[in-house]
Amino acid sequence: MSEQVNSSGKMSFSELMEKYKVGAFFQKYTMIIALIAVTIVFATWKGKEGLILLPSNLTGLIAENGYVFVLATGMLLCILTGGNIDLSVGSVVCFTAAIGCTMMAGGANMWLTTAVMLLIGLAIGVFQGFWIAKVRVPAFIATLAGMYAFRGFTNVVLNGLRVDITNEGFLQVFGNGKTSFIPDFIRNAAPGLDNVFTKDNAFLTGLIGENFIAKFNVTCMCIGILGTLIFIAVRVHKMVSQKKLGIAQSIPGQIVSTVIISALILWMCFKFSCYRGFPMVMIWIGLVLGIYAYITNKTAIGRHLYAVGGNEKATALSGVKTRNVYWFAYANIGLLAGLAGILTAARAKGIDPVYGEGYEMDAIASCFIGGASAYGGTGRVSGMIIGAILMGVINKGMIIVGVDANYQKVVKGIVLLVAVMFDVLSKRQKR
Amino acid sequence: MCNMSEQQETRAREPYLLEMLDIEKQFPGVKALDHARLQLRAGTVHALMGENGAGKSTLMKCLFGIYTRDGGTITMNGEPVTFTSPRDALDNGVAMVHQELNQVLRRNVMENVWLGRFPTTKLGTVDTRKMYADTKAVFERLEIDVDPKQIIGELSVSKRQMVEIAKAVSYNAKILVLDEPTSSLTEDEVEHLFRIMHRLTSEGVGIIYISHKMDEILRISNDVTIMRDGQWIATKSAETLTKEEIIRLMVGREMTNQFPPKNNQIGDVLLDVRNFSGMYEPTCHDVSFQLHKGEVLGVAGLVGSRRTELLNSLFGYFTSGGGEVTMNGKPIRNVTTDEARKNGFALITEERRATGIFGENTILFNTIIANVDAYGKPLLNARKMDRDTDEQIAAMKVKTPSKKTLIKSLSGGNQQKVIIGRWLLTNPDVLLMDEPTRGIDVGAKYEIYQLILNLASQGKGVMMVSSEMPELLGICDRILVMSNGHLAGIVERGKDFGNIPGEQEKIMELAAKYV
Repeated sequence: MSEQVNSSGKMSFSELMEKYKVGAFFQKYTMIIALIAVTIVFATWKGKEGLILLPSNLTGLIAENGYVFVLATGMLLCILTGGNIDLSVGSVVCFTAAIGCTMMAGGANMWLTTAVMLLIGLAIGVFQGFWIAKVRVPAFIATLAGMYAFRGFTNVVLNGLRVDITNEGFLQVFGNGKTSFIPDFIRNAAPGLDNVFTKDNAFLTGLIGENFIAKFNVTCMCIGILGTLIFIAVRVHKMVSQKKLGIAQSIPGQIVSTVIISALILWMCFKFSCYRGFPMVMIWIGLVLGIYAYITNKTAIGRHLYAVGGNEKATALSGVKTRNVYWFAYANIGLLAGLAGILTAARAKGIDPVYGEGYEMDAIASCFIGGASAYGGTGRVSGMIIGAILMGVINKGMIIVGVDANYQKVVKGIVLLVAVMFDVLSKRQKR
Repeated sequence: MCNMSEQQETRAREPYLLEMLDIEKQFPGVKALDHARLQLRAGTVHALMGENGAGKSTLMKCLFGIYTRDGGTITMNGEPVTFTSPRDALDNGVAMVHQELNQVLRRNVMENVWLGRFPTTKLGTVDTRKMYADTKAVFERLEIDVDPKQIIGELSVSKRQMVEIAKAVSYNAKILVLDEPTSSLTEDEVEHLFRIMHRLTSEGVGIIYISHKMDEILRISNDVTIMRDGQWIATKSAETLTKEEIIRLMVGREMTNQFPPKNNQIGDVLLDVRNFSGMYEPTCHDVSFQLHKGEVLGVAGLVGSRRTELLNSLFGYFTSGGGEVTMNGKPIRNVTTDEARKNGFALITEERRATGIFGENTILFNTIIANVDAYGKPLLNARKMDRDTDEQIAAMKVKTPSKKTLIKSLSGGNQQKVIIGRWLLTNPDVLLMDEPTRGIDVGAKYEIYQLILNLASQGKGVMMVSSEMPELLGICDRILVMSNGHLAGIVERGKDFGNIPGEQEKIMELAAKYV
């Protein structure tokens, strides 16, 4: 009898879960929840409380991982086509950077150099894509060949030596030194604000904290607030149109996620405002992420990537030239490797022949942690961003709390394995 | 002379919408199409019929640009055409519903319908709104009740089939190929499809309709073309045809002396299978039968009747869902293929190249691979492996220069003999053979039949799936007839077949029982 009561109680609970799509919500936002949890763990670490949340650490988190965001975006497109990866990006990053640094050391104009670096990246992508798409060499092998070859070319270009960058303009636009932050236009335009942002203003000091009040970047905060409002407007618009079409989506779930993401954006922008504002590299990351979120979600080629990875045969029978889809993905990651080369060189103020080693693995891991399927066909730019940030937080957090460098790699490995395990298990249930 | 010009005149008055003449297609070891022919008039339904493997789908794939034909001509409205890709065919007014459902399961319905031709806005983005409206319009016109935004993998198979049909219609093609479109449809949906087809033919579309269902064919089609062994056999008006006539034309072969004499003695019950089912769809359901020592038990059925699923589930390769299996009176359960092997089962698979041979390895490797345990641990006993391989090559009469030859360089028949030899090394009691003579030339077939009968004579039980009716009738003692995953009936030699008039028709009818 009591068993019956129990089981009926369970039923109504699971019905409740079903009604509010709790399971689906957790499945969809697993990685955001994991990200928040990991951050809380590091932020409350005994003796290191709050260190990871210091503005300078958060800025570093983005700036240091600029190449990961850019490469992971390219990698995501390749993975979408069926779990294909590009192992050559680390070498291509170093190769393009080597060419660029050598050019600038010879006095070349920074914009010309930038264009050349991007074009070389693209050309390498087109070349590797040719072997993969047309000759059908497995992507793993074609790009492994590229990984060796371009590492070798790098050494040839650099003669095995480091080349420094002295072009200040280049460093300012792409780097993250003291100069490469977006200036505070508002405070520059209105010097009177300096008198408002002082320690005497008890209200603002309470809000911002006395360490940061004097140099608080108002422009950055305004952009953050504006961005959050736009984000909320887009989400609300989407929800309303979904409701109109009568599509079954978890409205409470969407509201919760909108609130969480808005709060995260605002909070991040606040932290950046406390420390010099947005680093320049964020513009490039933001541009890439925005453009590729648009390409994957809205354009025909984006949908073809998902279609090829989901069912190549069906795609071919629908009249899509599937080989060109692969070619696009690999040409594209070459271009992005060129951009990552620019960011890497600028950040390091030069190039060493060993730079870029292991970058491909960081990019691949970010995609898989961010929910891309190892079989292709599913994965989103937004998920990949979360994956990359999660990796970054774990890296940074472990350095702050003083985990041995070797164990840092162990932890990264475990995170990757667990994330992909979720993907595989969720598919098995559906069968 | 006069007659000729009259014929030419008739032809000029009423040109064919599509004419495929003398189409040839050669696959390694098999001639898939041999002077195949199809002539389709505008505004008609043209049924294409034939047994499994008669070449119907191959012919359509040659039309749609999936296969490149080796010879013959294709003309549309009198113009010679050759489509090099599905894209090419679609652009030129040929659309096709394929036998298997080819869909991107994780994407939504409308994306699947418009894949390859997404409507775009001026900004170059996919125009989701137009796509939604267009899909809705197509579905409304065809009275299909499916939400265009639903993920297609969440739909039932029959709904997915209707979406696929709607997709093909939405190309507004002049020629529509339907390759077994009704295999997963409910009766109401079949009626629905027929209404759609009537409407299309009244608009002048020519429809090629492939199906095994005689009643449907006779009801819906204007003309019927019958194929056999890749060849054109006849094209007749549906009005002049009867079910019996179609079956006679499809089966048509003369039974000659292509089988060795039967000399096997049937003994006690070896395997008793009760209410056996597989776990994951598509699979077999509730199958009960007995296999005796020394018996050759055939398994007949149409494509999709789940014969392969039955064998694979018995062997533990597919997960079994329910039922009991007893062997020599003892209950057994093959959860894995390893257990099946240890229980004395052997499986010779249907797709020899994909799941049978290790093409890049030698005959020796291929011979000992199922029996590696027997050659010593931890190191393999090379001398014993050599001896066993030589023995099997001799016993199976494999024609090969050496045991170190790569198996891929052998003919299909010799490859199959190596695989049978591989399993005989494990000394099995039950041999499950899935299409053991597929893609093998006639001479080698005789040798395989002889091998099967010899095995039975040694007291082993052989279960043999085949799509070739004559060989089942020629060497089996009894035949299980599967239909849509269920056992439709068991026929016996001497009672139901074995030079008994109407034997093939009886099996064909059973095979269509649950379709």
